[in-house]
Amino acid sequence: MKLVLAIIRPEKLTEVLEALFRAEVRGLTINRVQGHGGETERVETYRGTTVKMELSEKVRLEIGVSDHFVEPTVRALLRAAQTGEVGDGKIFVLPVERVYRIRTGERDEAAVTPVG
Amino acid sequence: MNSADTAWMLVATALVLLMTPALGFFYGGLVRAKNALNTLMMSFAALGCVAIAWALLGYSLAFAPGGAWLGDLSRSLLRGVGLDASGSIPHVLFMAYQGTFAIITAALISGAVVERMRFRAYLLFLTIWSLVVYAPIAHWVWGGGWLATLGALDFAGGTVVHVNAGAAAVVAALSLGPRKDYGRQAILPHNVPFTLLGAGLLWFGWFGFNAGSALGANAIAALAFVNTMLAPAATLIVWTLLDLRRAGRVTAVGAATAIVVGLVAITPAAGFISPAAAIVLGGVAALPSYFTVLWRPRTRLDDSLDVLAAHGVGGTVGAVLTGVLAQKIWNGTANGLLFGAPLQVLVQIAGVAAAALYSALGTMLVLRGLALFMPLRVADPGHEGSGLDVGQHGEEAYGSGEGAVLVLPEATPAVAAPAAAPAGERA
Repeated sequence: MKLVLAIIRPEKLTEVLEALFRAEVRGLTINRVQGHGGETERVETYRGTTVKMELSEKVRLEIGVSDHFVEPTVRALLRAAQTGEVGDGKIFVLPVERVYRIRTGERDEAAVTPVG
Repeated sequence: MNSADTAWMLVATALVLLMTPALGFFYGGLVRAKNALNTLMMSFAALGCVAIAWALLGYSLAFAPGGAWLGDLSRSLLRGVGLDASGSIPHVLFMAYQGTFAIITAALISGAVVERMRFRAYLLFLTIWSLVVYAPIAHWVWGGGWLATLGALDFAGGTVVHVNAGAAAVVAALSLGPRKDYGRQAILPHNVPFTLLGAGLLWFGWFGFNAGSALGANAIAALAFVNTMLAPAATLIVWTLLDLRRAGRVTAVGAATAIVVGLVAITPAAGFISPAAAIVLGGVAALPSYFTVLWRPRTRLDDSLDVLAAHGVGGTVGAVLTGVLAQKIWNGTANGLLFGAPLQVLVQIAGVAAAALYSALGTMLVLRGLALFMPLRVADPGHEGSGLDVGQHGEEAYGSGEGAVLVLPEATPAVAAPAAAPAGERA
């Protein structure tokens, strides 16, 4: 099992969700986060105060998948979240030691397999 | 000159001016959070551009004698607009009162172009439109122009303001094209309480709009005032029933829309029909607008905030029903179809058609002309996706301020903070 952790542009979230559902990836958690990557900072001005916004709004997805679902998940993310401009985000694939489904107590592969 | 009239018109002018910020909140709540400031600014900008254009030129084009189609330049730069009486109130006050109408009419169009129009192009459009499109139509109806001569009844601007803005909105939406997400993603309101707040403040301001159009503190003002209270109430009830019938739930956005539709519909009729007729008019007006709101999103017409349904359709229904329900024993001037003057309806329809046609053509010419000199839409890719607040204004509506590094006026640029960059992002 792997945990796919993706950081994407907020305006790409709808497209990414559609792509994931089409790839039959149905279990995920999202968070609104702020981050700093390679993108040029935005300059904002409020009256006499000019600031550089070092943090940009991003959405972080956490997706627990069984091994053979890693590739389809990553491909869906790459395709749907990409604009080609700096700031599209990152995908991290992390090993997972154990997974439990709380409702049933199922473990590992069974716990990340969608309810049929 | 009459002190009571002057006092009421001073208040009414302030009430109508308040409608434009109210419209900003009504519209601002309906867009996505990333475009909230841009949408509010589209209304607030009209308070500047259109007010000054009106004082310098628009008022003269609309209300100076001129001919049947247009005023002349004799009142431009406010020449001869002084403290002497116009009717029973000071001439300057009459000018200011009419100016608040020009401001809100221009701002109404913004609902059709939100979330995609370049702000500097919008500012020019707004200013030119108020002179080229609004001023002539105001002259036709209120400045002694041909629709006034024909006998068209438009108490407070059903055709001049609402049919006009509705037609302009359709043309503007078609000229700019739909938003890139339109019809592909769900685009939902980000703050429905703002929309309700805006609708409430619009209603409050509308008492100045309609009852003020009596241009005095008199019985007709009282009639218009009461009708402005009753008609939207009836619209709200009918809209509620339609919502219940269709989905079984009464929606808040629907309620806010219903109030505006009712206010629009009673506008041309306010001082011409009885309070009982106002209730009928308000209730009937709900139906066409309700079904237009349902139909429009299935088309490629991205009239984003339904200016056509609320103002175009509502204004048309109100103007036509004015010709049906007008009653001389209430207004002292004219009867409608139900009270023995069947031809009045035809005059009303002619007025609506003429205003819509001229507005559509004029708006198209203004936008085509502007497009020769500058792009009308924000640059894509990027700007539309990340929102117009940051791209067009360099501000955020709901920024937390976290991660903002102060740029000191004389400091050497780029005080980068490498420690703040998460190591993982650098890998």
